[in-house]
Amino acid sequence: MSASSAKSQVRPVAVTRLRKTYDSLVAVDDISFALESGSITALLGGNGAGKTTTIAMLLGLVEPTSGLIEVFGSDIMTDRGLVAHRMNFVSPYVDMPMRLTVRQNLSVYCKLYGVVNVAERIAEVSEELQMTELLKRATGKLSAGQKTRVGLAKALLNAPELLLLDEPTASLDPDTADWVRGHLDAYRRARGATIVLASHNMAEVERLADRVLMLEAGRVVEDGAPANLIKKYKRGSLEDVFLDITRKRRPRAPVEETAS
Amino acid sequence: MSKSSMRHPPIMHDPHGPIASARRIAAMIERYIYLIRGSWVRIVELVYWPLLQMLMWGFMQLYLAQTSSLFAQAGGLLIGAVLLWDILFRAQIGFSICFLEEMWARNLGQLLLSPLRANEFLVALSVMSLIRLAIGLVPVIVLAYYMFDFNLFGFGMALGAFFANLVLTSWSLALCSSGIIMRYGLGAEEFAWSLAFIMLPLCCVYYPVATLPDWLQPVALALPPTHVFEGMRGLVLDGIFDSAAMWRALSLNAVFLVVGYGAFRFFLRSTRVNGSLLTQGE
Repeated sequence: MSASSAKSQVRPVAVTRLRKTYDSLVAVDDISFALESGSITALLGGNGAGKTTTIAMLLGLVEPTSGLIEVFGSDIMTDRGLVAHRMNFVSPYVDMPMRLTVRQNLSVYCKLYGVVNVAERIAEVSEELQMTELLKRATGKLSAGQKTRVGLAKALLNAPELLLLDEPTASLDPDTADWVRGHLDAYRRARGATIVLASHNMAEVERLADRVLMLEAGRVVEDGAPANLIKKYKRGSLEDVFLDITRKRRPRAPVEETAS
Repeated sequence: MSKSSMRHPPIMHDPHGPIASARRIAAMIERYIYLIRGSWVRIVELVYWPLLQMLMWGFMQLYLAQTSSLFAQAGGLLIGAVLLWDILFRAQIGFSICFLEEMWARNLGQLLLSPLRANEFLVALSVMSLIRLAIGLVPVIVLAYYMFDFNLFGFGMALGAFFANLVLTSWSLALCSSGIIMRYGLGAEEFAWSLAFIMLPLCCVYYPVATLPDWLQPVALALPPTHVFEGMRGLVLDGIFDSAAMWRALSLNAVFLVVGYGAFRFFLRSTRVNGSLLTQGE
């Protein structure tokens, strides 16, 4: 097997018996999953279910209490440097330096990620995200929607093979949120990237995700395609499924067909 | 039709090896230079306090020279001490403020999930402390020469030894304070501003070690800057440069740096365990 084919066969993410505790609080409780290349997986769950902690552990920012996270075959805690250039992250809850212009921020991140053609890459990504006019503005003076766009631009600079998003459309108006979803889907299709998404927006997840990992109290309580979960719970939408799970209602029993 | 960023992935450098590492360090330095360049207030602030200190102690020395034979004979004793102390203090603050910029901007998590390594980040902060020090102190040193006839560069080669030892001490202090702030958040920001002052009474900036009580003198001699200030007084008063004292300071600095670096790594690990890298900021 050639090195390139071996590389392409390594799963982007493989999580084994992952656990994270903060003193007596169990944030993530013995979860295991693996992601297929080119898939979009949504982490769903109520507040405190363990979504953000899981993403932070996938990024190597939080150290697991136990378990193993392999990203492109490398242990993220010990060999993060081998794979960090192949990943990126977007969240409305982290910022970029406010006093720098958008172009300056993107330039610094391009260089941190090892992009060669910095000016060209910034121009391409800005044009793609329709934010060329923002490049000269101070990052701190942008609206929430504009900041999200800039955050997304930063995350796409290195054309990551693994993109992690924590509530990417929080605080966006419906039009901008829809535009961001469309762009993420297009990016996945064009680049074959693997996307992990934590969200509270069920419509967003239904539209984007191939697979849902439903978390509750740090455990995976459901794992499947959105359509399959809706079918399993005999509900009309993923939101209803979410409510069933968080309110601990079991899937409805199949309706018996009566012989006439 | 424009090129699509999706279909045309960027050309990437090899992310591994010392050249890639140097590129990332340069990118971080570029980030801090943008910050300084973007605000004249920041540049003024860099010069303001060293200038004020130098003027106050310079005039004090002029006055004392008229009333005391010691200061009349050894012009520059006070102003030299002030400038050397400022090297220590400003280098520590230069490192710590660049670190604090990341905390204030809630950017630390973004940096630490990028290919930037923690050690590269620390090298960038160290280089920035030197750049900020140069911006702040060079104009003040030049002014001290014209206003008070004190030439810091007149220390010659000794200045190199004083400078290196003071900067190494400043980095070890800044590593500790930055680690504490990273772990405990901006509530611990005061450490960045005050940690160097713990040393001020003990490292004998303005008076000889012999002034301290006997029991406190070993503590003072365990601090690298004490040997620098003693060395400076020896040079100004007696014209003698004690190179052995500088080697002692360098050895102590090696210990201080190991402790400082160890503390930073300990607090970084503790912050990863604690899970607060993505939630920092005001």
